[in-house]
Amino acid sequence: MAHEAEHHHKETFITKYIFSQDHKMIAKQYLITGLIMGFIGIAMSLLFRMQLAWPGEASPVFKALLGKWAPDGVMDADIYLALVTIHGTIMVFFVLTAGLSGTFSNLLIPLQIGARDMASGFLNMVSYWLFFISCAIMLVSLFAEAGPAAAGWTVYPPLSALPQAQPGSGLGMTLWLVSMAIFIASSLLGSLNYIVTVLNLRTKGMSMTRLPLTIWAFFVTAIIGVVSFPVLLSAALLLLMDRSFGTSFFLSDIFIQGEVLHYQGGSPVLYEHLFWFLGHPEVYIVLLPALGITSEVMSTNARKPIFGYRAMIASIIGIAFLSTIVWGHHMFISGMNPFLGSVFTFTTLLIAIPSAVKAFNYITTLWKGNLQLNPGMLFSIGLVSTFITGGLTGIILGDSTLDINVHDTYFVVAHFHLVMGISALYGLFAGVYHWFPKMFQGRMMNKNLGYIHFWITAVASYGVFFPMHFVGMAGVPRRYYQNTAFPMFDELTDVQVLMTVFALIAAAAQLVFVYNFIYSIFYGKKGSQNPWKSNTLEWTAPLEHIHGNWPGAIPEVHRWSYDYSKTYEDGSYIIEGQDFVPQHIPMQPNEEELNH
Amino acid sequence: MTTPLILAVLILVAIAVWQLAKIFELSQLSTGKKSDATIADDDDNKYNGYLLFAFLVFIYGITIFSFSKYGKMVLPMPASEHGVDYDRLMWISFAIIFVVQTITQFLLHYFGYKYRGAKGKKALFYADNDKLELIWTIIPVITLAALILYGLYSWTNIMDINDEGDPLVVELYAQQFNWTARYGGEDNVLGDASTRLIDIDKANILGIDESDPNAVDDIIVKELHLPVGRKVNFYMRSQDVLHSAYMPHFRAQMNCVPGMVTQFSFTPTVTTEEMRLQPEIIDKVKRTNKIRAERSAAGEENSDPWQFDYVLLCNKICGKSHYNMQMKIIVESEEDFQKWLDSQKTFGETVVAVP
Repeated sequence: MAHEAEHHHKETFITKYIFSQDHKMIAKQYLITGLIMGFIGIAMSLLFRMQLAWPGEASPVFKALLGKWAPDGVMDADIYLALVTIHGTIMVFFVLTAGLSGTFSNLLIPLQIGARDMASGFLNMVSYWLFFISCAIMLVSLFAEAGPAAAGWTVYPPLSALPQAQPGSGLGMTLWLVSMAIFIASSLLGSLNYIVTVLNLRTKGMSMTRLPLTIWAFFVTAIIGVVSFPVLLSAALLLLMDRSFGTSFFLSDIFIQGEVLHYQGGSPVLYEHLFWFLGHPEVYIVLLPALGITSEVMSTNARKPIFGYRAMIASIIGIAFLSTIVWGHHMFISGMNPFLGSVFTFTTLLIAIPSAVKAFNYITTLWKGNLQLNPGMLFSIGLVSTFITGGLTGIILGDSTLDINVHDTYFVVAHFHLVMGISALYGLFAGVYHWFPKMFQGRMMNKNLGYIHFWITAVASYGVFFPMHFVGMAGVPRRYYQNTAFPMFDELTDVQVLMTVFALIAAAAQLVFVYNFIYSIFYGKKGSQNPWKSNTLEWTAPLEHIHGNWPGAIPEVHRWSYDYSKTYEDGSYIIEGQDFVPQHIPMQPNEEELNH
Repeated sequence: MTTPLILAVLILVAIAVWQLAKIFELSQLSTGKKSDATIADDDDNKYNGYLLFAFLVFIYGITIFSFSKYGKMVLPMPASEHGVDYDRLMWISFAIIFVVQTITQFLLHYFGYKYRGAKGKKALFYADNDKLELIWTIIPVITLAALILYGLYSWTNIMDINDEGDPLVVELYAQQFNWTARYGGEDNVLGDASTRLIDIDKANILGIDESDPNAVDDIIVKELHLPVGRKVNFYMRSQDVLHSAYMPHFRAQMNCVPGMVTQFSFTPTVTTEEMRLQPEIIDKVKRTNKIRAERSAAGEENSDPWQFDYVLLCNKICGKSHYNMQMKIIVESEEDFQKWLDSQKTFGETVVAVP
């Protein structure tokens, strides 16, 4: 297929940096937008964590940032719920879906499979700009007169449907839904592009079983997205109709503020089904790319092949399939038929099996390695640690019986922050440290700042979320503005203070990252073309970004991407003097292809 | 008071981090090493390897710390029949989690420390082992199968809501931001109700059908009384948004959904008085009242001494005062319960006749 790789048309500032159709630039746009949204999302969490630790206390911070929502500097209960809601929305969708998947799928899919660009550069550009518009609308919604959406990130009706129920369910909620609808469109365009690119544009020799696990993860993630995001879109549209056109999809028999509303025959439980049909796969949309990045970073830095390559692919596919049939475990006590609860318990606990396989394979990958503990590697190890700690409590929450008493308590908050929040963030950081030189023309981030960033974050995030399990087991519900109305929670205030202090420290550590990131873009030391001595194809591309990725022919692939420390029978490396054999190196004489 | 403290902490942390970064950069310069602070060298591997091991100690440490310091704050012994079963399954699950967590975190961090890289070291090319994969597929399968079976058995029992054994019938009615309970009265049958029949002027706040003969003796209250040892069948309704009736001491929870009636059932086994005499509750009350006494001394609000009571909380975000949507629950002997119930007015007595 002749690709016009050598077109020499002059690029203007606008086509190069703004309406770019080049996947590398789009990846950077996703990353930087995602990081800015992440900054906002984390800042919001600090505000409500301060309210939880020191309930009802006035603070000039609140006064300065919340304005009319903090009369006399005391945070208002409505804005507390809004902060919780927007924090969740931003972190789940804008940071960990678009920021993570959007960045690394765009950057790595063409480079690692050996393609000149995405299948459709134009769709890719549209996908980013829809994402940008949806971010902008979400931020604008913060300034709605009556306040931003405040019904929790799941926006269950009727709370989200009725402006009478809370002020945030007015214009703020409409903007939230519009923003999400556009976000979904963006995500779908992106996902379709990833799928088509992986299926069609692999270079010669790059069979599916030679793909790096990053690509497998992005590919399967995109499929989950295409299957489940449209269902959320329908939920959002139906909710918009209930709100604006008086339909009754999710509403029935409502008496509020002294009057009976006309809604009849709808059910909030239907909304819950539609929401979680995306909402649960979403967890894996967030997590799988992070695990894919970990596989690659860990194997490269361990100087060993990833253990159980085929088992890893099987577990990615297993997780993806199961993830679409477990959504009901969010609804055990929603009023749905208890028999359905049994079925969802069964499927939910099944998903622990491929997850366990992955965790064990990561651990075995470290065994007898020659671990190069770069910041990216530390974040990968950290990911496995939080993935295990957070994942294990899933067997409590996934069990319908046990869910009864911990449902919607802080136990849940602790669980999902560790297993998908922190883990996916670690994946994002691992990816940024590892592929920074690929994104910024060979410039590298400072490793020492990276170490400071990792260690403070690692300690502080356990400090926030480990004690939180106990708050949940004491029965404290989530989304409480303060816990002062129940004397039985009095003694837990100390725990809240501890968690908040750790949260502040963790957030401060992210400033180190921000500094390192920005500084390194401009002044980072230039490294070599293949700084981590990696096998994958992206490191064969030149440091300078060119449209089409490789100046000459696209490299051909002759082996899988995990030939690290491979030796002949006599113990000598395949290529003398180096412990890795990049994918484009042909099989050597007498070499056995060990493609597991 | 706390705001300057937070600001001070934040500023100090920021300065500390900044200084640390400076020191790191300077140390790189002064040692005159070739390193350009981008790729881990042997020293980095060594120090971070040690730190990984230290981190393992930290994880164990925070686990022990949390259990010893916060373990006593978790919910006390269950006060319902199925709660005993619930807690048993919970502790079995926790035991399994604890073992797996301890072992896997050890392996992960210990390997990170043990196999830290060094120049000239050779990694082992070890790409797969079907036997190992099989082992760590089968073990979770067996463990999970056991947990699933036990869980489903309990779940089926708990959710089997039937009329065997003459259960007390109670409606829990949710609205922003309070709870109301309704008893079936003498006939133990709830009268029909619908939000469309709500008539505030006639004090018919639950929308009870006045023409239904079963409704006349219904009793509407703002405090939930339950007789000990008798099964209670709860029927939940909501008039506006989703709420969730959460009774943590009884290991009971069910959402209240506008437009439908949801159900839950349990048998209370410990009266409020008995619970107050439990050593763990006595300790908890003591700890709590110490905090409240300190508050009182500081002249703060919300500082009256506390006496233990069961409580019903709202556990589904429902708006501004979600955090304070509660109802007291009192579990008492059958006689006390009947006495209390007899002293309450019936719906027939309270509903205002049309003039």
